[in-house]
Amino acid sequence: MNTEILGVIFMYATVVSMAIPLGRYIGKIFNYENTWLDKIFHPLDNLFFKLSGIDPSNEMNWKEHLAALFTINAFWFVISLFVLTNMSWLPLNPDSNPSMSWDLAFNTSVSFVSNTNLQHYSGETGLSYMGQLILMLWQFISAATGIAICAVVFNAMKERTADKLGNFYSYFVRTCTRILLPIAFVGAIILVFNGTPMTFEGKDTITTLEGVEQQVSRGPAAAFIPIKQLGTNGGGYYGPNSTNPMENPNYLTNILETVFIFLIPIALIFAMGYVLNRRKLALMVYGVMTAGFLCLVIPSIYFEMQGNPALVEMGIAQDMGSMEGKEVRFGSAASAYWAINTTSTSNGSVNAMHDSMTPLTGMFAMLGMMINCFYGGVGVGFINFYVFIILAVFIGGLMVGRTPEFLGKKVEAKEVKIAMMIALLHPLMILGGTATASFLYASNPEAYAEWLNNPGAHGFGEFLYEFSSSAANNGSGFEGLGDDTPFWNITTGLVMLLGRYLPIIGPVAIAGILASKKYVPESAGTLKTDTPTFGILVFAVIAILAALAFFPALTLGPLSEYFSL
Amino acid sequence: MKNNIIPAIRLTLVCLVFFCGIYTMAVWAVAQLAPGQGKGFTITENGKTYHINVGQSFTSDSYFWSRPSAVDYDAAGSGGSNFGPTNPDHLAEVEARIDTFLVHNPGISASQIPSDLVTASGSGLDPHISVQAAKVQINRIAAERNISELSLEELIDKNTEKPLLGLFGTERINVLKLNLDLESLK
Repeated sequence: MNTEILGVIFMYATVVSMAIPLGRYIGKIFNYENTWLDKIFHPLDNLFFKLSGIDPSNEMNWKEHLAALFTINAFWFVISLFVLTNMSWLPLNPDSNPSMSWDLAFNTSVSFVSNTNLQHYSGETGLSYMGQLILMLWQFISAATGIAICAVVFNAMKERTADKLGNFYSYFVRTCTRILLPIAFVGAIILVFNGTPMTFEGKDTITTLEGVEQQVSRGPAAAFIPIKQLGTNGGGYYGPNSTNPMENPNYLTNILETVFIFLIPIALIFAMGYVLNRRKLALMVYGVMTAGFLCLVIPSIYFEMQGNPALVEMGIAQDMGSMEGKEVRFGSAASAYWAINTTSTSNGSVNAMHDSMTPLTGMFAMLGMMINCFYGGVGVGFINFYVFIILAVFIGGLMVGRTPEFLGKKVEAKEVKIAMMIALLHPLMILGGTATASFLYASNPEAYAEWLNNPGAHGFGEFLYEFSSSAANNGSGFEGLGDDTPFWNITTGLVMLLGRYLPIIGPVAIAGILASKKYVPESAGTLKTDTPTFGILVFAVIAILAALAFFPALTLGPLSEYFSL
Repeated sequence: MKNNIIPAIRLTLVCLVFFCGIYTMAVWAVAQLAPGQGKGFTITENGKTYHINVGQSFTSDSYFWSRPSAVDYDAAGSGGSNFGPTNPDHLAEVEARIDTFLVHNPGISASQIPSDLVTASGSGLDPHISVQAAKVQINRIAAERNISELSLEELIDKNTEKPLLGLFGTERINVLKLNLDLESLK
């Protein structure tokens, strides 16, 4: 069998076989059960709580959880703004890189605190090492924010009536120290032994074999990259992200970095099964997500391996597939596989340039972000899916004429209204933003000429991709877009803010309200939610609500480009 | 909200010291044990040092060419072309690269040119080319350097990096290593 395809199959098999035991381990952490690493982590966690003046046994209701989350996230945003606008004189700046403009610093701060990692700068020239390290800190703790709030939702789904749903800071610290830190550290060690830089020295200058001077950017990259992959952050150390041969030196590191994208999002599904003791429900969720992922990834790999049809008539050999924007050491299959991994979770790192992919692969990448819950971002992917479960329960209940119930709690008008608003917010922001940008460009193409690197339908696709990426907190881009302008920095900054926090508030509110309702044990009359039938219903709701809403826009962009070939 | 502010500030500072300080220094300390001490993998030949993982521009007829680069192999500002697949500028550029290649490699037909040799890589620093991309240049280099085609084929075989464990990924050739070997072949 083709070794490129085998590589892809190996990556998926590896991530699933690692995610199942990891899910069990995460479940134990959320349940405060003993694990074999307690000897190290009990004292470490206690040190965190003591130094921060936090009592981890103080339980919170859902509103208190959100208040804690917003306060700490707001503080991160302030520090981030300060560091990014003052990098030029702060320490750790051996390459003398400049500070950011206010609008770029706003965009970058929102982007990293919201776990998006949309980058309107290039790492080599746009950040000092201090800037890189501060952004690395947000990569750890914004991921921990998402996982902690997911733990709150799991807690609220338990079979009982309760207001108090654990302590936010406790879930947060345990996620940082017991989940993210050890895995990231192992990843960093593998990377440094494969050639990824980890130094505080500035650029290296060499003379090439042909006698030209070449400067090579370096820095503390190996510490940064594993958490970028693991926390569905995705912001690259270097401008072209994991395409750069320092950031992703060979096929082995490519396997590691690809596996890290899916590892925690898949593990969290199994963690849910463990926490609630409902393995069948976890399997239903895993099945729906996997079916959706496969629908996107299989055609993408096929189209990239086929090569670019526009180059066929030039008569060259496209045995390697479409190679513009791709690296020989990964090949087209592993690049297409990564593209769908990174967009169906909210990761956003890349190992090939998405802008140069064939039209339909670009469309499937966009669909991954538009749906945003086929595994999804760490923590938030599951809670996006939770919204669709609530809607499916409601629709299913109406169809069979029963009061909708989910895990022994009655789902009533208020919860469904919240769920519907959250589900509609996403298309509103993406389509609204794209429409605004298109309107401005169409009404004065000369003034905005520097926005687009590509004409026609593909150019429209660059707008659509950018807003999809912002709203989904993804962070990848059709990077031909000239996006470091006040318009793009501010609009995508606002979209990222709303796209991060409203879809956290909504599901947490639903889960909190449901948790405080009376628990009614399941009976013969209950609509079962852990069956394949219900899985198909959820899939249909996602397809109709999330995917079809974008069909007209996709027709104007990638589909018309495809049919023009 | 108010009773969250102090814990938020203190917890953030603890995380700052822990992740930016302790975690980062721990990775740095381990890097000192790795080849190259975390400064990148290098190779030294004839007193000159090169980064193995960072591609270099090779355009002279007497070397194996590397892939086209949108940033001219600037390793302090890497990037791709970001041209869409149907962009007319992109198609014209590929056409021009094919023509240039055919002029410098007489006797070769377009159908022998693999796509990686006429398209720009994602990073602009791709250190590799495909095996076919090396083989299609044998005629030119053999004529230019007066070496037998057989010894060049052996050189390519020696420098071919197999898929990982022979099973996963692509076959490829590091252009810098290939050209360094070519230099020592007299």
